[in-house]
Amino acid sequence: MEIYRQYAKQRRDFGRHPHFTDEGAEMLADIRPNEEHAKDHIHRNPVTTVTQVVQEMSEHEVNTNPVVFTSKVMHHVEGGWPKEVDYTEAEHVIRYRKKVEKDEEYIKAVAALGTSMEELVKANNAIDIYEEYFSGRNLDYSTEKPEARTIAGLTDPSNSKRGAQYVCWHPDGSSRLAVAHSILEFQKLQEGTSLSSYIWDVNNTTAPELELRPQSQLSSLNFNMKDGSLIGAGQYNGQFSFFDMRKGSSPVEATPIEHSHRDPIYDFAWLQSKTGTEAMTASTDGEVLWWDIRKLGEPTETLTLKERGGETVLGAVCMEYNPAAGPTKFMVGTESGSIISCNRKAKNPQDRVGAAYPGHHGPVYGLVRNPFYPKYFLSIGDWTARIWNEDLRTPIIISKYHSSYLTGGRWSPTRPAVFFSIRADGLLDIWDFFLKQNDPVLSLPVSDNPLTSFRIQENGRMAAVGARDGSTAILQLADSLVEMQPNEKQSLTSILERETSREKNLEKALKEAKIRARKEASKGSEDTKKDANEQEIKQLEDDFFKLTSS
Amino acid sequence: MGDITLVEETFKRISSHKGILGIVVINADGIPIRTTLENNLTVQYAALASRLTAKARSAVKQLNKGDREDELATLRIRSKKHEIIINPAFEKGHEYQLIVVQNPSSE
Repeated sequence: MEIYRQYAKQRRDFGRHPHFTDEGAEMLADIRPNEEHAKDHIHRNPVTTVTQVVQEMSEHEVNTNPVVFTSKVMHHVEGGWPKEVDYTEAEHVIRYRKKVEKDEEYIKAVAALGTSMEELVKANNAIDIYEEYFSGRNLDYSTEKPEARTIAGLTDPSNSKRGAQYVCWHPDGSSRLAVAHSILEFQKLQEGTSLSSYIWDVNNTTAPELELRPQSQLSSLNFNMKDGSLIGAGQYNGQFSFFDMRKGSSPVEATPIEHSHRDPIYDFAWLQSKTGTEAMTASTDGEVLWWDIRKLGEPTETLTLKERGGETVLGAVCMEYNPAAGPTKFMVGTESGSIISCNRKAKNPQDRVGAAYPGHHGPVYGLVRNPFYPKYFLSIGDWTARIWNEDLRTPIIISKYHSSYLTGGRWSPTRPAVFFSIRADGLLDIWDFFLKQNDPVLSLPVSDNPLTSFRIQENGRMAAVGARDGSTAILQLADSLVEMQPNEKQSLTSILERETSREKNLEKALKEAKIRARKEASKGSEDTKKDANEQEIKQLEDDFFKLTSS
Repeated sequence: MGDITLVEETFKRISSHKGILGIVVINADGIPIRTTLENNLTVQYAALASRLTAKARSAVKQLNKGDREDELATLRIRSKKHEIIINPAFEKGHEYQLIVVQNPSSE
């Protein structure tokens, strides 16, 4: 159907401005509703429509043909012989050689070569042109600025915001690193959050080498000393389990829950033994348990951390075990801030929990003996790092109070005077007592989040720093922080000894002052006694004179 | 007129020096002609040295494109323990190499 309206206009009006006026409606066409069409009408319900404001995009993937590799092997036999000579027949070989040796050119060539060769040999024997003139000289790095560089960052592949609570390097010095991810806040773990922790090769930061899938979050992880493919793990629910990297992601075995800790295992250590299968675990429930992974049915030994002469049970947050200090000795850092030194094989059972070193105002997060001088140890808690001598109850060196909490730290394994501390404001402090004692030589911003864990590789070159958001930064340390300096050991011993004797003298002075005070106090009472005596005598005398005079 | 004793003498003279561990003469095909080493080791030295020399020679030639006269004279390989000296001769048709293994730090 076509609707049109025609109107006529004179030629001379063309191009003139039109003049519009109001007019009544005029019917051009009348279209009646078609009943038949109405019958065909169908309501569509619901109606799905899509609107899109942004530009539409599409993703395409192309897979190229895979390259197929094959291995080929070549068996090499003696070659180069002329076709008619069979090199396996000694006679052939000798005949061929004879023929060559008779050749005049051969003799000439060898004689000529021999002469020049002799010169070279003589020259070699006369002077050693490769002699190293400056060997055995220790490089002095004292003028070099200490430096550390982030070379890689690892993120929690499960995309949940779980802190990297514990990191551990593989003991063989390779680039393998284990990171335990967990949420330690009480009941903050949401349903469906991944429980996995990971083992990385830090050269490949894109994907972890192995995923560890425990039944509960891991709060601590350590490689076995003897067998590097075994990994012990302390779980959030208090169980101790172990993994075998050769056997895959699930734990090989775990301790039964009824014999395990009742709190997260915050720290544990593999013990030095012939089999290397023993471990000891510490938890905030105040127990230290010993296990043997060959039979995890129940702990081989237990110890409750009670301060000597007290009833209070102390929860352990970190543990220090160093075979160099004694294979049965260990130390525990507690929630209340004191450090307890223990001995597993003490003569009396009461003596197993030994001396306590009070001092920190909050949980002790880091506790490590100096690898060169095991008598001295470093503790990190509240806002300070402290260095102690085993024989003294007071710290010999205390760092200044920082503006944020310190959350962990360690000594450098290669330089006796260097230690590291990590802070809640995301900074890594590197201290070098050889250079200066009152301030860190380097404060490195590692993350925007609080740092939670720190470990340094056995060769002292690489360090891993875990943060609350689940990321782990791998730092490479400059040579000046790795290689031992000349006189470093002597100077550190003198510092430590000086501080020890100072602390000892202070202690002695305090004791003397106490004794003096006590003496004075007793002397004062004697004076009053004397006075009383004199008064009594005077009274008696008076009485006597009174009696006699009358 | 060369004499076979001349080769003999050369060998004796070289081995009289300090620290000489072995002398091998190989031809262009890498076949050991004369050796003071035991057979397996000789074959190994011969095979590896001949390939290395060929490579070194072509390197020298390529680096001196203009100069046709230049030629590889000596190849000295210093390792922590030994020095292997390869002295090749490239007379047409009579290519031989003299290989000497020396321990320069022997006292």
